[in-house]
Amino acid sequence: MNEIVPTHTIGGYVPLVDGPEKVSGRAKYTADFITPGMLAGRIFRSPYSHAEILDVDVSEALKLPGVKAIVTGADCDKGFGVLPIARTEHPLARERVRYCGEPVAAIAAVDDATAKEAVKLIKLKVRELPAYHTAGAAMAPGAVELHEHRPKNIERDVYFELGDVVAAFAAADLVRAGTYNCAEVCQNQMEMHAAVADYDGERDRITVHASTQVPYYVHLMLSQILGMDMSRIRVIKPHVGGGFGCRTETLNVELIAALLARKAGGCVRMVVNREETFITHRGRPETDIRLKLGMGKDGRITAVECECIQRGGAHSGYGVVTILYAGSMLYAIYDLHNVKYFGKRVLTNTPPCGAFRGHGTVDIRFAFESLLDEMAGALGLDPFAVRRVNLLPTAPTFTDNDLMVNSYGLPECLDWVERESGWKTRKGKFPRGKSHISKGLGMACSHYISGAAKPVNWTGEPHATIKLKLDFDGSIVLLTGAAEIGQGSSTVLVQSVAEVLGLDLSRIRIVTGDSDVVPKDNGSYSSRVTFTVGNAAIDAANNLKAVLIAAAARKLDAKPGEIECLGELYRAGAQDKGLTFNEVVTEALKDTGTITVTGNYSTIPESHGGKKYRGAAIGGTMGYSYSAQVVEVSVDEETGVVTVDKVWVAHDCGKALNRLSVEGQVQGSVWMGMGQAMSEEAAYHGGLMLTANMLDYRVPTIADSPPIEVGIVESNDPHGPFGAKEAGEGSLAAFLPALTNAIADATGLRVNDLPVTPDRVFAAIEKRARGPKNNGGA
Amino acid sequence: MARILQLTLNGRARSDAICENVLLLDYLREIVGLTGTKTGCDGGECGACTVLINDQPRLSCLSLAALADGTRVDTVESLVSDGRMSAVQRGFHEKLGSQCGYCTPGFIMASAGLLRRNPRPSEDEIREALGSNICRCTGYVKIIEAVMHAAELHATGVSP
Repeated sequence: MNEIVPTHTIGGYVPLVDGPEKVSGRAKYTADFITPGMLAGRIFRSPYSHAEILDVDVSEALKLPGVKAIVTGADCDKGFGVLPIARTEHPLARERVRYCGEPVAAIAAVDDATAKEAVKLIKLKVRELPAYHTAGAAMAPGAVELHEHRPKNIERDVYFELGDVVAAFAAADLVRAGTYNCAEVCQNQMEMHAAVADYDGERDRITVHASTQVPYYVHLMLSQILGMDMSRIRVIKPHVGGGFGCRTETLNVELIAALLARKAGGCVRMVVNREETFITHRGRPETDIRLKLGMGKDGRITAVECECIQRGGAHSGYGVVTILYAGSMLYAIYDLHNVKYFGKRVLTNTPPCGAFRGHGTVDIRFAFESLLDEMAGALGLDPFAVRRVNLLPTAPTFTDNDLMVNSYGLPECLDWVERESGWKTRKGKFPRGKSHISKGLGMACSHYISGAAKPVNWTGEPHATIKLKLDFDGSIVLLTGAAEIGQGSSTVLVQSVAEVLGLDLSRIRIVTGDSDVVPKDNGSYSSRVTFTVGNAAIDAANNLKAVLIAAAARKLDAKPGEIECLGELYRAGAQDKGLTFNEVVTEALKDTGTITVTGNYSTIPESHGGKKYRGAAIGGTMGYSYSAQVVEVSVDEETGVVTVDKVWVAHDCGKALNRLSVEGQVQGSVWMGMGQAMSEEAAYHGGLMLTANMLDYRVPTIADSPPIEVGIVESNDPHGPFGAKEAGEGSLAAFLPALTNAIADATGLRVNDLPVTPDRVFAAIEKRARGPKNNGGA
Repeated sequence: MARILQLTLNGRARSDAICENVLLLDYLREIVGLTGTKTGCDGGECGACTVLINDQPRLSCLSLAALADGTRVDTVESLVSDGRMSAVQRGFHEKLGSQCGYCTPGFIMASAGLLRRNPRPSEDEIREALGSNICRCTGYVKIIEAVMHAAELHATGVSP
């Protein structure tokens, strides 16, 4: 007879619980909800970068047969925005347009062709204003202010100095400075933005399907923009085709669809095209960084001075948070004291930026790790040695800006990539024959938060809530608002509940993303779900287990403390025949009927960051992930083409709950970093995005993409669910500097501007070739 | 102008009245209701809409439905048989070749096309066959593993 034992999946390779739907074409995304009689929505967008609106004439468009409703800025007097302090954006522009492509009017018509035709009939009359497409132009004296109460177009100025920076620089053995420019980049997730809004005029209720990472925030903003009580709104998040941060705030698409549906008194499907998806934007801002480091002879960093300017685009979005992250996340990776940071988030007449994967930390990490590498070289130190001498003191510890670090696997990450890449034996020893190909190795580190310690909307509720429902059939239904967007959150939550109960995953079904059914969740951003919602799932499962143990004890005439839970069997001691899971369920239902239990989780106050400067709470989290990478490149010195031959990456995720997912997330992060580092760039001409398609916005294809070998480091965070921390963002940032450090190793040339296109590399090679001649051999 | 389109779609003969300018992609999604095939771009950039026409991978967003007259068209929905996943689908599921899933139908059809003409492709052949499909989640590492795994499953008798 087979002995019944609890089933375990934590730490295993677990295919996604919603995988079969995705590979069979059964998974429905927002644009797939096609019903007879639904209307097609289309947006009329501003062709101007900056202009005062004099008139939006929709009269001709309204006369077109088949047009059912048109909305303009006149239909939305309230502003929206993810931060309660910056709700200055309107779904459709009012009074002014601030970027080329900003929605001005929208049409609902019987079909897409009619809606497109009607868009052409809308006439916009404006008085053009000076437009600013760079941060510098927007901050120049005399520039017209894009928004009220934002002098010099500065959305947010951040300044802090912790320690004695001047004295520390004076005492340093080596001081170096560098300037860095990182181009603006876009998430370019595969699913274009879409919303389906269905208005029930009889009941004054609306149901909105939205391709979002944050259904709760969409719910809030729908209520605000429509002026409807929240109880009249239902938000459904079906399958979502990726997000990477561009969907971590409510977008104009879902709000416009809802405005149209209400005005038309029906159902409107709004699917914007790829160009519009690019222009809706929320990508990573163009960032200029000036960084100065002081270092001791041993490689120890003694002083840091960092200035960061972000071209934020026309509206705030997450901007204030982004510029704060860039400063606060200088910390929590190395042991730093004496740090000065200036940050400026600038409003410009370009599409609004947002919270791209690695929010706020990526470009700063590129600058920091590049300069660290350069200084290691100047001091004749190995890049690994320089990182090791700057490691944090043993966890638990707090940084100078009061960030709580409870687990720190960076040392093991360094060891893993150093060993696996063969760094010690291969670095600097690639054969240099006559070939025009130079090979090199580079390394760098990065880190990220596992969920912001404080949510954007602080309501006093627990940070995460899970419900479990158990009924007569013996199946457990897990209800969560956590937004599965492809990152595997549903799988990890099902695994967590199953693990506590010792049950097979097949006993558990998960329902997500329908505000009528699931508990509220803040959403999938800042890598919060595994840590925060995972802990709530464990709490819920423990609560359910207590109910089942009490029922088993009663039936077996034992004390609850004597009951042993083996998943499918509950028994009072090893000699007891025990009860099957279904028998326990039948007994438990006798008291209450259908069982529902709740699980909660809240972050602890120590994680909330400090108050040493304004905004110091940003950066606070329950746990930081760590990553180290080695990148091997070949540089063709005749063409400037850089090929990434291989990447070794080690990621400290605390504990890999699902090794398959962790590998997939880490590989995806590294690769997305590669896109930013090598080819991706949102380029503009006069405010018009030139790269709003997947040919000009150069995403690496399978032909350009290297093998990425993943090492999982488990530091077992004391607060993490089963010890886990985040795995989906922290490995992105290290790729960028690891690449340019590898190029420097191969060629001796340092590229401080991203992306590292062949043109840029070739120009640097040419400059070096000409250099001595032009400088008279100096 | 309308015309009659006759084709074999996912193994079944069909006749539909269509506008001459309707794209195969829109015909599949909006007229037939097979929404497994995805729209990912403004035309020919991403591969999410890949279907097989007479076993050859084709971008349905760049094909007029009218030109599919008399052909065999297979979409991702055709691969499941008797409620079970095909080798390619199983490969993508088990090896995490699919994360958000949006590009997946395109990758799966391009891979199915590859395995129909080359049951044991090398890594380079996989890279070449999938070179016009974009995935934004995986970094492609596990997609290559998925297709390799699918080829092995196919070799053991699972339909491709």
